[in-house]
Amino acid sequence: MVAPLVEFRSVVKRFDDFVAVEDVNFTIDAGEFVAIMGPSGCGKTTTLRMLAGLEAPSEGEILMDGRVMNDVPAHERDTPLVWQSLALFPFLTARENVEFGLQMRGVGAAECRRRALEWLDRMEILEFADRDISSLSGGQKQRVALARSLVIEPRILLLDEPLSALDANLVIRMQSVLTRLQRELGITFVYVTHSQSEAFAMADRVVIMSRGHISQIGSPKDIYRAPANRFVAEFVGRNNIISGTVTKTTAKTVTIEGSLGSFTVQTGRHDAPRKGDLARFVVAADLAQVAVKQPKSGSVIPCTLISEEFIGSVVTLFLEAADGSELKVQLQERELSKMDLKSATTIYLNWADEHGHYIGVD
Amino acid sequence: MTDNRTLRWLLFGYLALVFVFIFAPILFSVIFSFNSDRFPTIPLGNFTLKWYQTVWNDPDVWEAARTSLTVSLSTATIATALGFATAYTDYRYSFRLKPIYLGLILLPPTIPLIIMALAMLAWFAKLGISGQVMSIIIAHSVLTAPFAMAIIRLRLSQMDPSLEAAAWNLGANEWSAMRRVIVPFCKPAIISSFCLTAAVSFDEFAISWFVSGLNKTIPVIILEIVTGNIDPQVNAIGSFVFLVSMTLVIIAQVVLMTRRKKEN
Repeated sequence: MVAPLVEFRSVVKRFDDFVAVEDVNFTIDAGEFVAIMGPSGCGKTTTLRMLAGLEAPSEGEILMDGRVMNDVPAHERDTPLVWQSLALFPFLTARENVEFGLQMRGVGAAECRRRALEWLDRMEILEFADRDISSLSGGQKQRVALARSLVIEPRILLLDEPLSALDANLVIRMQSVLTRLQRELGITFVYVTHSQSEAFAMADRVVIMSRGHISQIGSPKDIYRAPANRFVAEFVGRNNIISGTVTKTTAKTVTIEGSLGSFTVQTGRHDAPRKGDLARFVVAADLAQVAVKQPKSGSVIPCTLISEEFIGSVVTLFLEAADGSELKVQLQERELSKMDLKSATTIYLNWADEHGHYIGVD
Repeated sequence: MTDNRTLRWLLFGYLALVFVFIFAPILFSVIFSFNSDRFPTIPLGNFTLKWYQTVWNDPDVWEAARTSLTVSLSTATIATALGFATAYTDYRYSFRLKPIYLGLILLPPTIPLIIMALAMLAWFAKLGISGQVMSIIIAHSVLTAPFAMAIIRLRLSQMDPSLEAAAWNLGANEWSAMRRVIVPFCKPAIISSFCLTAAVSFDEFAISWFVSGLNKTIPVIILEIVTGNIDPQVNAIGSFVFLVSMTLVIIAQVVLMTRRKKEN
């Protein structure tokens, strides 16, 4: 087995009394596109900065290629970072910015220039090579920042919310630029973001962090379809989280009874709970359905319609159950148009039992 | 509409008056430096360069000019270097006694000059280095370093906090990052701080008078000339000093402002 490119071993980072990262363990393979995602303050940026050597772990080890990196200073690592603020040098031109890393590595002036221009060309901003940074647009600056990091031919590129300052259209374009680059270069990208759409659109694997811990690691589909716990289910959104008391357990299923009714779901990879535990399961909004007449199969919750949110071809319905809890359903607009929900007094939310996803006890 | 216009003219007039009060004495000093009469009276006499000739031919004035130039250039270099170092320390590190550290650094300009001058004289006498050009340089550096620090600190506060780390991240060690990123970023502030500290040192009288001994600077020699007699020579020297200081201050302003405009 090939050793992973990066390995975090029980890494802890404390700032005075505040624990930013607590006991983080994970590996990154060469050539992977990994996104580290979580709300602000979850420790994702600190994790990235430790990888770049800009913060030292308080405990544990960070390995690259099997070598412990804890005491290697930032400037001796080949871990270029694309900053949230971009951090381009404002007193240098675009080309001089790109040359910086090469000059620090003792590359000769002519070679620096040639390679910088090559990368500016590759990023389609060659015509701006001799422009001041302040005269470039947001998207152009982004490309300079990428060129500046990639020109030193690293095996790993770190990105700290690099697209957060761009407008929506540009974000989509830069996403495709990034995924294409990553595939062409075959290097590892570690991408920190709070945006689920960015992480899911680009990453092979997503690491979800919460309060310094890793909540779940998995493919975007894994995380979307099989959230490991309540935090992930809530963070990913568009999930109906239903809670209740465990009334019955079998080898593979658990029956949860709450104010919305009694439901049976598969326990999956979780340990079987005990009777009387407070447990939760999730029904993804796009796996649920609605009906005007009471359905005969699957799980059913009678609701009333509160509002609908129309985003092109997809419509999200917000429903309220008898106990006051809010539930969501996502439908194709053309499916919805066949139903007459407006005049119905009761709408039945329903899902096939295998779509209930158990997320454990509290 | 008319009211507005009247008010505008009134305010404009007020502003003009302020400038007149500030610059009239200097302007008159310049005018009288070209006036043939010995006493500053109106109507004016003839145009003359006599006073400038007197100054030009006075070896004492030349000596004082040389001392002043040496002092102000050395002071500017030392004060700017000190100011940069303290500003960078403040920017880069946080430590428990930082408020005290900053307070101590910014203290000298708040001490009355005469007190400071006396203290300096007593201290230098104790150390056996009073009455030398070096003593004026040391005293002026203490006085002007806080200005340099304030200017450079302001510039550092405008810097993206990631910039230095970005340099490290691209392979620059601490010294390269300082040389290639911090200093270039602060360049406009460094230049203007150099000019301003030079100007302050060039004009400074009280401390120079106390600690200079036989090494008189320009302001000291002006006082000696006017003590006991009225001599239009001082107008000539004064005009020259004014020209030098204003040039330095204007350079400082222009350097700071063009940079800001470019970045916005």
